[in-house]
Amino acid sequence: MTATPGGLLLVAAVLVPFVGVLAGFALGGRNAQRVAAVTILAGAAIAAAIVAAAPDSGGTLVYLLGGWPPPLGIALRADALSLVMIPAIAVVILGIGVYARADFATPEGVREARAPLVFWTLLLAIWGALNLVFVAGEAFFEQVALELLTFAAVPLVSLDGKAETLRAALRYLLYALSGSIFYLLGAVLVYGTYGTLDIALLGERADPDPATLVAAALMTVGLAAKTALFPLHLWLPPAHAGAPPAASAVLSGLVVKGSWFLVVRLWFDVLPGVVTAPSAELLAALGAGAILVGNVVALRQERLKLLVAYSTVAQIGYLFLMFPLAFDAGAAALARGGALAGGTLQAISHALAKAAMFMAAGLVYRGLGHDRIAELGGVARALPLTVLTFAVAGLALMGLPPSGAFAAKKLLLDAAGMSGRWWWETVLDVGGLLTASYVVLVLAHALARPAGGAVEPAKPVSRLSELAALALALGSLALGFAALGPAPFDALPKPLAAKEFGAALVTLTGGAVLAVALGRKLPPLAAGGGLAAAVRRVTVPAGAAFVRADGVLRQWPVAALALMLAAIAFAATMLLGR
Amino acid sequence: MTDAATLFGLVAAALVGLGVYALIVDPQPLRKILAFNVIGAGVFVLFGAVAHRGAAAGWGGDPVPQALLITGLVVAFAATALAVAVLLRLHAETGSATLAPEPPPAAGDE
Repeated sequence: MTATPGGLLLVAAVLVPFVGVLAGFALGGRNAQRVAAVTILAGAAIAAAIVAAAPDSGGTLVYLLGGWPPPLGIALRADALSLVMIPAIAVVILGIGVYARADFATPEGVREARAPLVFWTLLLAIWGALNLVFVAGEAFFEQVALELLTFAAVPLVSLDGKAETLRAALRYLLYALSGSIFYLLGAVLVYGTYGTLDIALLGERADPDPATLVAAALMTVGLAAKTALFPLHLWLPPAHAGAPPAASAVLSGLVVKGSWFLVVRLWFDVLPGVVTAPSAELLAALGAGAILVGNVVALRQERLKLLVAYSTVAQIGYLFLMFPLAFDAGAAALARGGALAGGTLQAISHALAKAAMFMAAGLVYRGLGHDRIAELGGVARALPLTVLTFAVAGLALMGLPPSGAFAAKKLLLDAAGMSGRWWWETVLDVGGLLTASYVVLVLAHALARPAGGAVEPAKPVSRLSELAALALALGSLALGFAALGPAPFDALPKPLAAKEFGAALVTLTGGAVLAVALGRKLPPLAAGGGLAAAVRRVTVPAGAAFVRADGVLRQWPVAALALMLAAIAFAATMLLGR
Repeated sequence: MTDAATLFGLVAAALVGLGVYALIVDPQPLRKILAFNVIGAGVFVLFGAVAHRGAAAGWGGDPVPQALLITGLVVAFAATALAVAVLLRLHAETGSATLAPEPPPAAGDE
């Protein structure tokens, strides 16, 4: 392996944010925000340069640290997957940076305030760590990158210093560390077996012997715990709902994508021939569980931010559906192709839409001084742009055309159709319906007449923040126009076809029906019907049962045991089907 | 030669097992942090055994795992420091250090 011309750009993509972190801390006070602004612009330029440099290097950028080739040295490598993720993350960071200007400005007359200083420096740290995750070419190096990401993310959770958020941060950190140690144990076993941790070399050498299977199971579960894949999601709802909105957008839109990306790396690049069809099915089954439980529990939430956090639990599930669809039964290995493209598009569109949704929820909270869903009446008049953002992000998340999630769904269904796995189509469609249901529920409350006269915003919200959130949401919605781009996207149905609008209408109507059946509190408009009351007598207890089950799963002993059991289950399924 | 590596491997397995047990059953966050460190010690011992087994002629051990080990120790130290710092802050804020989502004394207002 040799270095390629643009390789140095990868170093810059990692180093520039960290230089910004150090400069921000050193200069302190008001300067941290200025440093962040400069660094974000520089980082965005670097991301663009990386994309521009890729064709000259044959589609993969490589940089050898110190000029030492693997296995002795460490390579930074950006393949097609990294080349998509790096600019996408840069766009989201840019959006969040603009949004957070209002929330995290150092107040007048204060030399230095803790929250702004920490937010701006850690935002850069998260960016640098994510870029490192995307370009690290070695399994241990990836672990270090992932730890950096966790260490930068945990303080964002408890930025306001309240007891409840500190507790959420500690739960997050402890559970993430449990996941890390599982991953590290797996990495040690891999090194003991193959004498290298370089991803490209391992991809050629890895055999399905017992040590590798155990290592694969441990690493997968460790990463799943950090991604909060159901049922290992105990830390996510309180952490993502408790953080300030800009931080929630970072955590939900970006941070969970880091560990998800490493699962993709591990399965597609390190162990494509070691994982089996049953183990890929297991991973996707956990994803399906996440979609069902996350969405239903989201629908039963009282507070908007918790609803959005549970919707993240569900959306993480989507990201794991592609694994069995990418499994090439002929070669008995995972293959890159339409399913992986679909999964990646899913991740990017979710990063954009979920960041926008948390931003909108944050603006609602800021404007009204609360985010109780049942009392949102009138907010659509007070904050029209924000409610529009929530609606657009919602459309993008439920996968209506022309959103990126829609294109991703079509790519996944194409893959599913070819391998005859119709049940994943059912999972995707039910997931879309459930997502539609809570988006419709929130919008119905937001559009309803306020209980006591018109609602005036308690506090003015920043127009710039509203526009940043709307831009990200529209970006996610417009990603479906990738269908007009090159292969494999050119095979997609055109997003504006009449047939797709019919399907969209069905999704929205179905979502509304589900919202009436399962919603926690209905807006006055829908609450009257006798039929609805009869249905709700059956469905509401069923929804409550989901909430109780989620509560049990989110207790520490159960979740820790689930970590162990999941590892055993993955090892077992990797033995099956060979 | 192999005996020493096997012994170290068994010790590592015992440490990991003990740590995982404590991580699952012990409700105290501080004990969980310690359990994480016990598992970490087990993993590092295992890595030492791996380095020993991978020794080339004339070498005491494979140097790469040792380099990784040192990095791992630093990461584990940083993780422990961060966790203890959050725990101390939580204790200063609430007077107790528990992970339970609803602190029992505050339940009176329901």
